[in-house]
Amino acid sequence: MEIKVVRKVLDVNDTIAEQTRGMLKEKGLFLINMMGSPGAGKTSVLEKILGAINKEFRAGVVVGDIATTWDSDRLSQTGVPVVQINTEPFGGDCHLTANVVKEGLNQLDLSRLDLVIVENVGNLVCPAEFDIGQDSRAVVLSVTEGEDKPIKYPLVFRISNTALVNKIDLIPHLDVELKSFSQNIRAINPDMKIFEVSSKTGQGLDKWVKWLKDQVKAKKG
Amino acid sequence: MGIAMEVMRIAIDHLPDQGQGIRVIALRLKIGKLTAVIPETFRFCMEIVTKDTALEGARIIIEDVPLLVKCKDCGEESQINEPSFFCPKCDSPRLEILSGRDLCLESIEVEETGEKKEKLRDGD
Repeated sequence: MEIKVVRKVLDVNDTIAEQTRGMLKEKGLFLINMMGSPGAGKTSVLEKILGAINKEFRAGVVVGDIATTWDSDRLSQTGVPVVQINTEPFGGDCHLTANVVKEGLNQLDLSRLDLVIVENVGNLVCPAEFDIGQDSRAVVLSVTEGEDKPIKYPLVFRISNTALVNKIDLIPHLDVELKSFSQNIRAINPDMKIFEVSSKTGQGLDKWVKWLKDQVKAKKG
Repeated sequence: MGIAMEVMRIAIDHLPDQGQGIRVIALRLKIGKLTAVIPETFRFCMEIVTKDTALEGARIIIEDVPLLVKCKDCGEESQINEPSFFCPKCDSPRLEILSGRDLCLESIEVEETGEKKEKLRDGD
C-alpha cells in the first residue's frame, strides 16, 4: 500500500529560518552566513576583519564546528562576543541547521549588536542546502583548493551573494591564474560579487569590509 | 546525513503508530539536479539512519528533476546539463530557475498485513 506524503524535506528547517529572518528584521540586525571548505580561511578572514568592523559596528559571531572550541578561542581574542556550536551532540552534522543557529543567536545579547556573522561548518556541500535565516551568503574559496571548485560544487556558488577568493599571496607558488577563479565563479553565478583577498597579508579585505558595512547600514535603515 | 534524518522523521510521522510493527518497502523521492544531494551518498546515509526502524531495508526510489531555467531576456526555456548558467539561445546570464531545486518526499510504500492493513486504510 502506498501512503502519499508530498512534503518538502526541509520544510521544518525553512520555517524556523523564516522565523529567524522575521526576528532579525524587527531588530534591524544583519546576518551573514559564511561558508567554505575546511581550511579555506574563514576563521582567519574573520580574525583580520572583526577589529575593523568593530570600530563602527557591534558584531557577534556564531561559529559551527563538528568538534573543538579552537575557532571560538581564536575569534574571542578579537574582543567580539562569540558563541561556539559543536554539532557533535546533534549527530556530528556537517552543516548548521536553522534551529541550531537560532539557539546560538539566543546566547548572544542581540539588542547590543548590529550584525552577526555565522561561520558555518567547513563544507562546500550541505551548508548550501540549509537556510539559516541569513540576509546574505558568502563563500570563501582559497586558491590552493583549485579553480575547478565552483564548477564541481555549483550550488553553494549559485546561491551565494559574495565570494572571497582567499590566499592570493600564494598565487606565485601555484600553476594557476588568479582570473580563472573569477571566470569559473561567474559561469555559475554571473551576479556574484567577487573579492580577491589574502587573510595573511590583509590584501583586498578592506573592500569586503566596506561592502559588509554598507549592508549593515542598509539593514538598520 | 542531516537530510537523510529529516526524510526519516517525515516518513515515520506519516506512518500509523509511528511505524510500530510496520515494514516499509520503499520511499519515493523527487530530487532536483541543483541540490546538495548525491544519490549514492544519500542511499548510504539512509541505510545508516534507518537501522532498527520501520524503514530498515526500504528501497530508495529517486526521481531526478532536471534543472530547467527561463531566460529573463529572451524568454527561452531550456534544460541545463552542465554547470554553466547561460541561456543556450541568447547567451544571457540572467536565468530564472524553474525546477531542479526540489527535495521532496513523495510517498511511502508499506507492506500490507492483516490488522495493519485496516489501520492503514483508516489513516489514509
